[in-house]
Amino acid sequence: MEVAFYIAAIVAIVSTVLTITRLNVVHALLYLIVSLLAVAVVFYTMGAPLVAALEVIIYAGAIMVLFVFVVMMLNLGKRAAIIEGQWMQGNIWVGPVLLSAVLIAEVVYLILRARLTETAGGVVDPKQVGLALYGPYLIGVELSSMLLLGALVGACHLGRPVFEKAEGRYDRNSDGARPHSGGNLIRARARRPSDAP
Amino acid sequence: MRRNLIFVLMSIEIMLNGTGVAFVAAGSRWGQPDGQIMFLFILAMAAAEVSVGLALLLRFYHLHRNLDADAADEMRG
Amino acid sequence: MIGLLWLIPAIPFASALALAVLRFSRKQVAWIAVGATAASTVVSVLVTMAFLSAPPVAHAYTQVLWTWIDVGGFRPELAFYLDPLSLIMTLVVAFVSFLIHLYSTEFMIDDDGYSRFFAYMNLFVASMLTLLLANNLLLLYLGWEGVGLCSYLLIGFWYRDPANGAAGRKAFVLTRIGDTAMVIGLFLLFHDLGTLQIQELMLRASHNWHIGSPAAVAAALLLLGGAVGKSAQLPLQTWLPDAMAGPTPVSALIHAATMVTAGVYLIARTHVLYSLAPAAQFAVALVGAATLLIAGFSALTQWDLKRVLAYSTMSQIGYMFLALGVGAWPAAIFHFVTHAFFKALLFLAAGIVIEALHDEHNIFRMGGLRTRLPVAFWTFLIAGCSLAGLPLITAGAFSKDWIIWGAWSGPNGSAGLWIVALAGVMLTTLYTFRMIFLVFFGEARSEVTKRPGKVMLIPCFVLAFLSIVSGYVKTPFARFLETVLPWTEGAHSVPITELASEVIAALVFLMGVYLAYIFFLRKRAYAAALASSVAGSALHQFWFSDWGMDWLYDRLFVKPLVWFARINKGDFIDGFYTGIARMNELAWRILSRTETGRLRWYAAGIAAGSVVFIAVVLFL
Repeated sequence: MEVAFYIAAIVAIVSTVLTITRLNVVHALLYLIVSLLAVAVVFYTMGAPLVAALEVIIYAGAIMVLFVFVVMMLNLGKRAAIIEGQWMQGNIWVGPVLLSAVLIAEVVYLILRARLTETAGGVVDPKQVGLALYGPYLIGVELSSMLLLGALVGACHLGRPVFEKAEGRYDRNSDGARPHSGGNLIRARARRPSDAP
Repeated sequence: MRRNLIFVLMSIEIMLNGTGVAFVAAGSRWGQPDGQIMFLFILAMAAAEVSVGLALLLRFYHLHRNLDADAADEMRG
Repeated sequence: MIGLLWLIPAIPFASALALAVLRFSRKQVAWIAVGATAASTVVSVLVTMAFLSAPPVAHAYTQVLWTWIDVGGFRPELAFYLDPLSLIMTLVVAFVSFLIHLYSTEFMIDDDGYSRFFAYMNLFVASMLTLLLANNLLLLYLGWEGVGLCSYLLIGFWYRDPANGAAGRKAFVLTRIGDTAMVIGLFLLFHDLGTLQIQELMLRASHNWHIGSPAAVAAALLLLGGAVGKSAQLPLQTWLPDAMAGPTPVSALIHAATMVTAGVYLIARTHVLYSLAPAAQFAVALVGAATLLIAGFSALTQWDLKRVLAYSTMSQIGYMFLALGVGAWPAAIFHFVTHAFFKALLFLAAGIVIEALHDEHNIFRMGGLRTRLPVAFWTFLIAGCSLAGLPLITAGAFSKDWIIWGAWSGPNGSAGLWIVALAGVMLTTLYTFRMIFLVFFGEARSEVTKRPGKVMLIPCFVLAFLSIVSGYVKTPFARFLETVLPWTEGAHSVPITELASEVIAALVFLMGVYLAYIFFLRKRAYAAALASSVAGSALHQFWFSDWGMDWLYDRLFVKPLVWFARINKGDFIDGFYTGIARMNELAWRILSRTETGRLRWYAAGIAAGSVVFIAVVLFL
């Protein structure tokens, strides 16, 4: 059991590092999915089967899939990778590494300060989790449902098709390229047979 | 920092995941379900944030035709 | 009738207010201003008649208007006090002011600030009358400050020229120094004697202080300081020549007839105090004697007509101080009366001359005006003779002879002072006739452009008449004042009689006239030769610059003060406050660097902030 934990942990760390250093977006995404799956295994070895399952289903299964859909829609291609290569230079890592070092120091300090005893080891059942969730943490459930509702409405509104008239205003900033999602819809509708002169 | 917005969002997911690991580990150390419940909430929050974030990303792309974070520098001064 | 006393200062004050606040046409302004002084004069005359016909108890009448302050035993009232001294001075001041106001209606007719001028003048008259009629020293000080203020305002009347403002400031600052001394004297008096009401004060002083007590000497010297400032005596006399920058009627009224005599009035009023402090009284006499000589020498060298008259005023007030110092109180007041008449006349006539020659002040550029401005010539001549002391005819001779005699025979007199007074006569005659000969005789050097009108000439006539006849009332005058200012005839035994002294003075006068005639009319070359010799020109420069006083004060006081102010500009207290401001600026500059507008920078800021926050929570 211990071995599985260590292997999965190493896999998670390595794949995360690879994620943030890739130039191609899709590659990075795939590495991230691998990382998430490894973390699920870690969860399972720690005796939390419920969250292991949830990690796979929701995090790797829904959220990452969303990312992949968007990337495919944007269709970034080779040019994006080249630009990424230009942007990826040595000196951009300085600040983040510093901050991360501070954080790692804090975590290590905390771990060393606490008395290191054996873990309790027991598996925490989904049933236990459910009882706790609908018991003392009920309000959290309600709040998170409201949060999700808000996210739903927001995403719905923001993802609406953009009409051509309004788009004209925005387009003055960019190089005059035309929108490709909403405009066709309008134009398609305008070209009805009955409207033809 | 990465300039591509997709990478920014991905990094946020990684960070959230990391805190979730910490929470679950803490919960399993004491043998209580509280850690997992915390992770559940973090998960819900991550999902909400991803959906809205990606929608904003799409809008951003429509506006600027690229995914450069520096293109959003309109808060000068 | 005597209850109308309060109207005397009140009418000009009301008129000044009206002229300052409301708008009138030129004619209305003239009528209001002159009318106010005329009304004041009329009321003074009525009050005088009431006083003479039914003299009040102890020859003193007090009219209390209201209580001014009432604090812990200190109760000065707004009250007016009428006794022979204040009566005489009020009459003279009111009448001369009336004449000068009449003169100014035509003199200032072309000026823009017509109503401003008359507002200031009326305010001045009101303050002066308050000063003269004041019952207590605090009210007197109010009038004192009022005349100082009006003097400043009127000297710098033509404010567009900064030199006039500077002259006004100089006058104000120097009289201020005197005023400070006076206020300290008032504090001393109140502290020791518990009241500022003049009669009460004199009573308590003579009870509590023996002759020569240090408190009395200190108070008397401090009051002398105030008088010296206001009356332009040594050492605070440097402002008077520069004060001639104001319009000529101002010089006539303020700096000849009235304000500068306020010091004389103060000392005369508090003469009991000076009798208690012989050292201080001697100081008064010394100041007077020194000033009359210094001013006399300076007047000999001036080329500006008005400046000669300014030094002459200084010198004549020196005579008055001399009289006060030797104990001949009524002589000083008598000289004040005659001086008011002939000095005002001299200034008015000088004003006519200056205007006629289109604002020419330099006497070396005038000449031969005897035939072209006859009225000015005759009035100037009469006034000049009165100033120098033409015996038997002019009033000035009577008053001056009284002082000269008193300088030897008075209670504090001595032969030395008598000789000084006679030397003063010689100097006075010299510079007066120098003026007359250079301005009115000889060949003409400037053109007459403007002739005086009737309104300007009438006051001159009246004053000329008074300059002659006012001398004849000497004996009734002395008797009238006896209740207030005692005069013991011949307190000292002197080897010569009064008549002999008068004859000697007359001889000195005649010799002076002859010398002036030689030097300034007949053989001007002599004067020029004397002046251009080495010793002569050095002396000339020295006397011209007021015996170097201006230079001395500048080096001694002005320069160090300015230097100190300059190095004090960067003092550490100021530095502390500018340091705060500068630190703020520094913080602003640093913090504004964080507002870059770059998205990634802000995100990094959030991240870094949360890291710091966690660290703080953990470790603190």
